[in-house]
Parts: sequence; C-alpha cells; structure tokens
Amino acid sequence: MAERLLLRSRDIPELRRIDVYLANGGYEAVRKALKQQPTELVELVKASNLRGRGGAGFPTGMKWSFLPKQNIKPVYLAVNGDESEPGTFKDREILENDPHQLLEGVIITAFAIGCHTAYIYQRGEFELGVRRVDEAIAEARARGFIGKNILGTGFDLEVYTHRGAGAYICGEETGLLESLEGKRAYPRVKPPFPATHGLFGCPTIVNNVETLACVPHIVLRGADWFRGIGPEKSPGPKLFCVSGHVVRPGTYELPMGTPLREIIYEHAGGIPNGRKLKGVIPGGASMPIFTPEEIDVPMDMDSVQKAGSFLGSAGIMVMDDSVCMVWATSILSRFFHHESCGQCTPCREGTGWLEKTLHRLEHGGADPRDVDLLLNIANNMQGNTICALADAAAMPVRALVTKYRAEFEQHALLGHCPFRPVEEPRARAHG
Amino acid sequence: MPTVEIDGRKIDVEDGLTILQAAERLDIEVPHYCYHPGLSIAGNCRMCLVEIEKMPKLQIACNTRVTDGMVVHTTSEKTKVAQKAVLEFLLINHPIDCPVCDQAGECKLQEYYMDYDRQRSRFPLPEKVHKKKAIPIGPLVMLDQERCILCARCTRFLDEVTKTSELAIHERGDHCEIDLAPGKSLDNPYSANVVDICPVGALTNRDFRFQARVWYLERTPTVCGACATGCNIEAYHRRGQLYRFQPRANPDVNQYWMCDAGRQSIHALQGEGRLTHPLLRGHDGFARATWSAALGAVAGRLADAAKRGPGAVAVVVSARAPNEEVFLLREIASHMKAQVAGISWSPADAFADDFLIKADKNPNSGGLRAHGLADDADALLAAVTAGTVQALVLHRTDLTAWRDAAAVRAALEKVPYLVVLDTDQREVAQFADVVLPLASYLEGDGTFTNAAGRVQRFRPAVPPPGDARVGWLVLTELEGRIAGTAFAETAAAVFARAAASVPAFAGLGYDAVGEHGRPSASA
Repeated sequence: MAERLLLRSRDIPELRRIDVYLANGGYEAVRKALKQQPTELVELVKASNLRGRGGAGFPTGMKWSFLPKQNIKPVYLAVNGDESEPGTFKDREILENDPHQLLEGVIITAFAIGCHTAYIYQRGEFELGVRRVDEAIAEARARGFIGKNILGTGFDLEVYTHRGAGAYICGEETGLLESLEGKRAYPRVKPPFPATHGLFGCPTIVNNVETLACVPHIVLRGADWFRGIGPEKSPGPKLFCVSGHVVRPGTYELPMGTPLREIIYEHAGGIPNGRKLKGVIPGGASMPIFTPEEIDVPMDMDSVQKAGSFLGSAGIMVMDDSVCMVWATSILSRFFHHESCGQCTPCREGTGWLEKTLHRLEHGGADPRDVDLLLNIANNMQGNTICALADAAAMPVRALVTKYRAEFEQHALLGHCPFRPVEEPRARAHG
Repeated sequence: MPTVEIDGRKIDVEDGLTILQAAERLDIEVPHYCYHPGLSIAGNCRMCLVEIEKMPKLQIACNTRVTDGMVVHTTSEKTKVAQKAVLEFLLINHPIDCPVCDQAGECKLQEYYMDYDRQRSRFPLPEKVHKKKAIPIGPLVMLDQERCILCARCTRFLDEVTKTSELAIHERGDHCEIDLAPGKSLDNPYSANVVDICPVGALTNRDFRFQARVWYLERTPTVCGACATGCNIEAYHRRGQLYRFQPRANPDVNQYWMCDAGRQSIHALQGEGRLTHPLLRGHDGFARATWSAALGAVAGRLADAAKRGPGAVAVVVSARAPNEEVFLLREIASHMKAQVAGISWSPADAFADDFLIKADKNPNSGGLRAHGLADDADALLAAVTAGTVQALVLHRTDLTAWRDAAAVRAALEKVPYLVVLDTDQREVAQFADVVLPLASYLEGDGTFTNAAGRVQRFRPAVPPPGDARVGWLVLTELEGRIAGTAFAETAAAVFARAAASVPAFAGLGYDAVGEHGRPSASA
C-alpha cells in the first residue's frame, strides 16, 4: 500500500486533535504558505494541475484566477462538504477524522485568494462532521491559525461551519451559495459566475473538501510531486468510494488513473458470492454506467470521459448479475425525482416522468414504446437546464437503457420484471 | 456596438442587450414564460432556448447577451425540438382544464401549444400530479396550483416590486407549488398585477373571472383616472359594458403595473347613479329635456346673469374634468366675465405610497394648475354664501361631499340659478335648475395632466349611458350659444385651441401626445 495522505487519519490515531496533528507535521504547510505571496500560491496550484474533486474536475488554480483583479468587495471561500451524490462518502472521512487537514487547505486557499471569511458547508446529516470541524476550528483558533493576525503575518481569517437542511441540490455550487444566504437552494442562472458574483453578491470561490485537502500537500511537496502522481493532466492522490457488490466496500486512496478493474478486483476484493459483474457506475449516481467489458479504464478525469462516462465524485457503484437493471435505473430516477429543485421545466417534469415510466416497466403497466420514451425524455432533459441535475438524472438513464436495452425490452414485453414475482399493476393514487 | 445575426437577419444593438431583446427589435418572437421585462431574470422556464453557432448547447435567449458576430437560430431543428420538449414537459402535469379555465384565450400554454408543440400527450392521465385548485389567496386573487408552471413571475413581482413576499414556492420537483407564506394574505395594494403577469391560469382575478371569455372582449388603450398618477391601462369591454382594467406598459409612468384601487375603480364608472338625460327644473320638479332645450335654457340664463356685472356668474370646475373641459369652461367664463375656481378634493385619509398611488385622487390636478386654477374654490364659495352670485355652474363637482355640507346647502339655496354638469347623481343636483349628464373618461376622448405634468390621452371604450354626452361636446356647444364661437368637431380641435393659448400645452397636440403621453411645458 502506497503512502496515504488524504486518509492519513487511518494510520495516525486521533489525528483530528490538534496536538496529534501538530506532532505529525501539522500546519507546516500553513507556516510555509503564509511566507509566500498569494499570487505564488495561485501559480503553484495552477502548476500542480489540481482539478476539482467535487465532480466537474475544473482546474482549481484556474478557478482561483477568475476572481476579479480590481475588487473592493470581500472575497469569500465556500467549502463544499455537501457530499450528497449517491455512492460518495469520501469528504465525510476528512471532515470527521482529519478536519485540520481541511482547515490547512482552507487557510492557505483563503490567503491565496485574499479571503478573510470562509464557510464550510456540510450536508445536514453530517452532524459529527460539523462537530469535529467546529472543534478543530476552536483548536486552530487557540493556536493562532485562525483569527486575527495569523502567525504574526497580519492575515486575518474567520472560518464558520454551516449545516444544510438535506437537499442534494445544495451541493450544486450556486445552490450552495443560495442556501448559505438562507434561501431556497435554487441554482443560479449563469452568468454571472460565483467568481465575480457569488456569496452575498461578492466574489466567491467554491471548492470541494477533498480538493482543498490536497492543497497543503502541494504546498509542502511542490507542484512537480503532485503532477507526478497519475496522469499529468489529471494528477494527484484520489479518494475512490467503492460500494455495492464488492468484498471490501469503502474509501480507497489511490493514485489518480488507477484502473477501474484494479480498484474493483484488487483493492475492493472483487465480487462476492461467486457472482459476476453486471455493471459499474464510476462516478456517483449521476454518471453513465460501464459494462463489464468497459472497466479497463484508468480512473482519471480525462480517461473516464474518453470512455464515455465521467469520474464525477469517484463514487464507484458495483452491481453484480443479480441486479435487475430496470429496477436499478428506477431507484436512481426516484432519487433525482425526489431531489430536483423544481426550478427548470425539463428537470422538474422530466425527473418525475422518468421515474413513473421506469416504475411501470418494473412493476407493470408499461408499453413497448416506453423504452424509447425513456431515451426521448432523457434527451429532452439533458443540456437544457440551469444546473447539471437534469444531466445527472438523464445520463445514467440513457446509458442504462442503451447498454442493457434487451432487459428493458423484456420488461416492456412481459409487462413486469422477469426477476421478481408477478405483481398487480400498482394502484395509481391521484397525487 | 455588436452586430448579431438572428434567423439570417443582422442587427446592430447596444452592448448588454440579450438575444431575446435583440430579437424583439427584429420582430422575431422568442417564446418565453418566465422572462418579464419588469422583473429579474429567472431563466427557469427554458422556453426561450435558442441555438447559437459555435456553442454546443442551446442557450436561453433571456439571459444570453449578444456578442459581436454571434449567429442565432430561433427556428432551427434543434431549437424546435427543445421548444416542443419544454411544452410537453409543461403540459404533462397540467390539468388541461381549459374549458373551465378563465385564462383560456389569453393563455401562453394554449398559444405556444399551437405554435410549437401540437402533439398528442404521451403521459398517462392517471399519473398526473394533483395539487390544490381554486384557493382564494387574497381579496382579488384566486390560485390554482395545478395550472401553475412555476415561472416565478408572481413571486418575483412580490419580492422585487412590492417587496411584500406573500407568495413563495414550496416543496420540490414536480411537487413544487406556489402558496402563501404562513400567516400571509395576498392583499398588498398591487396584488392583482400577479394575475396579469401569470402566463397561465394559475392566478385569476376573482373580480373578473367567469364574467366573460376574453376573446369576446375589445380593448381600448387609455389611462386610469383613479388618482393623479394616470397609469396607462387597457380597458376591456364588450357591447358597451366595461369588464376590466389592465395596466399598459409605460416606462415613464407606471412601468408594467397598476394599483388594485385603480383596477377596481371600474365598478364606479358604470354604477347605478349615472345621469342619463338632461334635466330641467319645472314647477313639478325635474323633467327630462332635449340637449337643445337644456343648453338653450342654460345659455340664456347665464347670459342674463352675466349682464349683472363681472363675477355675477361663477364656475367651479374640479380636477376630475379633463383639460378640454377646463379650457372650454375658462373660455366661456372669460366671455361672461365670470369668476372661475378649481377644486381638487381627495379624502383626508386617502392612501398614498412612494410607488404609483397618489394621495391626490383626481386625474387632472395638473391640468387645473396648467390652466392657472388650483384648489381655490373657497373664495368663490364665500361669494356664493354672501349672495352676490347670480348663477353658478358646478362642473364635475360634488360640493356637499367635498366641503361642509350644511354650509354648502345654505349657499346653494341662495343661488338664483344653478347648473350642475356631472356623470352621476349627487346631492348638489337637488339644488340645481339644470342637470346635464356627462360622459365618464371611458366614454369619450380627452386628456388628463398627471401629477408629474404629463399630458396623457384617454379614449372612448364604451358609449355614454342614455343621452349623456362627452363633456367637451356639451361645452363647445354652450360656448357657441353664449359667445358665438365655432363648434369644435373633435376633442383634438379643442386641445389644439388650448395648446395655442395655455403656455403649459405649447407645442402639444393629440398626435404628439400619442399612446404614451408627453410631458407638458410645466412639467
């Protein structure tokens, strides 16, 4: 096993406590960074080719450089710890077990972008994460890493935690900003982008927890070191969340670009109970599925995209051959139907339509034309909305229907799921 | 100045203009629901998606600013597919209860379905999401959540214009619904504007709903006379009956809005109390008379009274009279050396705000001022009380209601000859020798000068009741009988005379005033 950085807390007990953290080289990155010029840090992160770990994979240093040069407003840093993509549980481990690693990333980033107020937004369910981060903030403040005149450099920074109230859409960066402002988390129409008009109308950078956790390591070890891990255009240590039908589900820290097959069969121990792989979603519930023939793909942003899916949040969801793909699709669609904010027409109406159509296929009442209808609904949704939730709902449906079409047609012809006992068509209650 | 090409046609536009606005300049309609020029951009309906060359995804025309060399297609195959898809999405959970929906005929779902969709439903009827219907959410507004397309025009209006935020979107996804915030009622003074801007039948006007199918109604562009703002409106009417007022956009006066009080003032305009025939007092009280007989009698008696010397005849004209009537009354008075006074009365507790609603509830206070008159009737009334006035003309003046009623009654008893010109039966008519029934401002041409000094035209939507006549027509004939002046054929001709002699109206005419008014020289 290679050295673990992001998951160092697994090797060092109680790393979340600041004395343990300091005893293990903690806050050295902050000390080093605050002696540099902010622009040097932006250039360093640019040179490292660090790309966002939240799902979109946008180059982090480039994002920072979008902040307006002539600016009199406060600059905010919003840390995205909403982690609501199904199959994703990587940020949680950092928030709960290594909060100082995140705070170091927050302090360095804030310094680099000229920010004096940072918010760490966590999903409502992360009660422990919020508590641990709050404790860490208090510890860091007591040691002079947060507050006024940090380490005597004259740099001031306040860091606050904020708990969401439990909506997937709060993880969309502008939905997150609306939520932070106390509003309904409707993603914002872009442009303008958060870098110019973000939180409270001020320039704002939104970065994922894991992304910021990478920053102190880049500061300490340099851009070349980071760029040397995995493919140069999409490098670095990466957390992969493996769930579903594997022997050892969990979060794995591996070099970016580790082959999907290796992750499933070596690190996660393969498929249990002598079953065979039927499909794997590589990047969280919203990404297109891979068939067993497609898993020889390096798990980095560009390679996965080239293979027809996205690395997304690196939530690897493994399904063995006991899974009914129509049922699996309907579960995914139910989630997106439930989580659509309802702002844009295609997503608001399309997510429900997909779920209802899939429910008919699985539980009875479907029409052979419903298979093509699914593709048509998904096509009409994708790319036509303010945020990516419609794409997130449409892409897995398109991939599943296309790649497992025979199974969908079988459902449509039979009028129910071939893998489960025949049931009455569901009673259709009004409402 | 960027040059943009839309559907093969090029146009130079200023920086910052959106595709939707640039298309409007070319008379190209980009269909839209959530976009409203008076509100912030929501970008949620997705109906205005257009194809832009060199952009992989369709973009919303309402929020995409044109750039130089941009090439836009609003009718390309990709655009059509998206438009059709959005319409289908909007309709899958819509109740399609058009036959019982008051919006039918002015519904953007109906219109765009015919223009962009025209396909059979692919959505099973029993799977529609059902929501609450016919919920009264305020004195004027009825909500149907099922018909709502969640464009958020109403919530934006209430957040951004009235800043009262009575409505909000609740729930998520296709269970989203517009509803009142807890403990609120949609009862702000501008509440019914949400009905106008609702593109579908989700918000209907409780006062108007089920009164008429809109396709039977005719529309007349005019102005509201309920206060001194003079909001530009459209009067909807059919067969001589008024049905509703809706605001007409005028960025210099009322933007896109009007107040509820102005909207509701429609009911008083065709009320029970309208005067319908000239009345002459005889031995047995009032008797109906022809206009010719009535005006002949009035002209004769006023001329006789005028012979008693300057000030023997007195005229009171209120700020409810249009400019044309004020002008003609001054001309007539001047010929008879009569004293003239204005009266501009509003209730002491009249509601006002810093948006559209003025405490001055008269539509033409500005016009009185332009004519050198104001609320200056008290000296004249003292003369009446003193018994020195031989003949008094009360023009659109409800004197007992506007001044101390007992004192007015005592004074009116003393006047040898009283002429009352008005739209409605009021107490002063009891003291009159002649009552002349006038048209309301919905029944003839004319102009008001609003509080800001803007001259605005009103136009006839419905005919006057019975034998009632348009004020300027009555007065030009009276002027002819008294002074021998030429009969004015049109209100425009009267205004032209006013423009030639009243400095405030210099250079103005009906053509110049047009549909959106013009500032007068006094403004």
